[in-house]
Amino acid sequence: MTGNNKVKLIIGLVLTGIVFLMLLFGIFYTPYDPMAMDASVSKSISLKHIMGCDQFGRDVFSRVLVGVKETMIVAGAVVLIGVFFGTVVGTLTGYFGGWIDEILMRLNDAVLAFPSVLLALLVIGLYGGGRNTLILALGIAFIPSFARIIRSEVLKIKNLDYIQSVRLFGAGHLRIIVVHILPNLKTVMLSSILIGFNNAVLAEAGMSYLGMGVAPPNPSLGRMLSEAQAYIFTNPMTAVFPGITIVIMILGFSLLSAATEKG
Amino acid sequence: MSMLKVEDLCIKVHDRKTTDTLVQDVDFEMNKGDIMGIVGESGSGKTMTALAIAGLLSRHDMEKSGHIIFEGINLLDIKRNVLRKIQGNEISMVFQEPLNSLNPLKKVGWQVEESLRIHTSMDKNEMRDRAIEALRDVELQNPEAVYESYPHELSGGMRQRAMIAAAMIIQPKLLICDEPTTALDVTIQAQIVELLKRINRERQTAILFISHDLSLVNTLCERVIVMQHGLVKESGLCDDIFNNPQDEYTKKLIAAIPKSPFGI
Ligand SMILES: Nc1ncnc2c1ncn2[C@@H]1O[C@H](COP(=O)(O)OP(=O)(O)O)[C@@H](O)[C@H]1O
Ligand SMILES: [Mg+2]
Repeated sequence: MTGNNKVKLIIGLVLTGIVFLMLLFGIFYTPYDPMAMDASVSKSISLKHIMGCDQFGRDVFSRVLVGVKETMIVAGAVVLIGVFFGTVVGTLTGYFGGWIDEILMRLNDAVLAFPSVLLALLVIGLYGGGRNTLILALGIAFIPSFARIIRSEVLKIKNLDYIQSVRLFGAGHLRIIVVHILPNLKTVMLSSILIGFNNAVLAEAGMSYLGMGVAPPNPSLGRMLSEAQAYIFTNPMTAVFPGITIVIMILGFSLLSAATEKG
Repeated sequence: MSMLKVEDLCIKVHDRKTTDTLVQDVDFEMNKGDIMGIVGESGSGKTMTALAIAGLLSRHDMEKSGHIIFEGINLLDIKRNVLRKIQGNEISMVFQEPLNSLNPLKKVGWQVEESLRIHTSMDKNEMRDRAIEALRDVELQNPEAVYESYPHELSGGMRQRAMIAAAMIIQPKLLICDEPTTALDVTIQAQIVELLKRINRERQTAILFISHDLSLVNTLCERVIVMQHGLVKESGLCDDIFNNPQDEYTKKLIAAIPKSPFGI
């Protein structure tokens, strides 16, 4: 690993470390009930409310912690769906080629041709909003790009001599795919998971910002930004902290993926 | 009846518009224990011929015609599951690039055992014993250590020996070596050729040795076929062809062999 990569790795680890710490707190402990409104409380930053309070008097820090959790759940599930089905599609098309490849990749291109936000809007339009629909919608939108990456890697690997060699030993398709090809995809998978996770965070924030993600009053980072914009001049901190948190997330995962690529 | 009989083998690739003939009308026969060479410049169709015999050309856009008769069965028109049985038990192959012929993520020993895992019901220890024996048999020093190592920890020559061990562990009747020594330096080349000779002598394994180096083929094989542009230019006993080449292309190949300084 080059020195440059090492720096990226360290900063990336620190930033994602902060995010995971926030995630843990979001799951197990928040200083205040993130949903509890208190009109009497002062909105500015204080020792009791280190990120201040929003227009309803809810503690922003607590909401950011829970928002991180919501955002990560959505992004994680989206990436999981994308990676799982993307791997299935990419492996089948890359390995078998022929008509399977033709059909699945045409379908893939068709999905890919839609901007993912548009696709998500379509699904949400059909099935209504909410977290699960958002996950489903973004998950589907994420399949094609993973499928492409996996397919091209499988194409590369399947023509290497060691695959020919085990084919000659008499290994069947299933064994070749599961035992001999899939494990060799893990480097590619890791870096595309990290990038995919980033895109999912952004997509979740975007969709929630448009009011089509996590249902209120549950906070997600995108929702918080969206709600804060009406008060951007009177109470800017409610926008700043969720924004900074998104930046930390994205930067952390980007640096990690940059560091793991061709280390 | 000969063990392997290749008759009028043609391999064509259909592109969207054009059709390329990669191998045309290749004929030859091999008997048990034969050791035969295929020589020709790069791109002459040697690998394609070998892959066809090994049953590894199953691409949608490739058309194969003719016959490849192995022990009385035409490999070109049997079902895949029958082919797999024959492949695993009777025909093995060693490839050119020792770096690509082993899976970088798996231990060498595990890979040597692979065909036992597929074709037998041996338990772990039996397989390990067999693998170590096979590694010792290809003259690898300290086979136990090689068994536990990963491909990148071995030199090119060692990897190629390990490949031969993996190919020989099921005692095939035919071993196809596709330029097994091209990526190696000269002394290692000579050692591998000696090893193949010994395997052929002791086990009666027929060897089809592919190379672009006519002099190397001459040290190992009894018979040779010379290929160019997918066609067989000349075939016969090595000695005859070496001393009295008929075809222009063969003459060029012989002229291109660097003379050793001692005139041997
Ligand atoms: N996958 C392929 N598709 C189409 N043509 C190929 C493919 N692989 C090799 N060829 C062509 O087939 C011919 C024979 O190649 P090959 O058998 O590999 O030659 P050799 O092993 O003698 O160097 C070459 O002209 C090469 O360009
Ligand atoms: Mg070749």
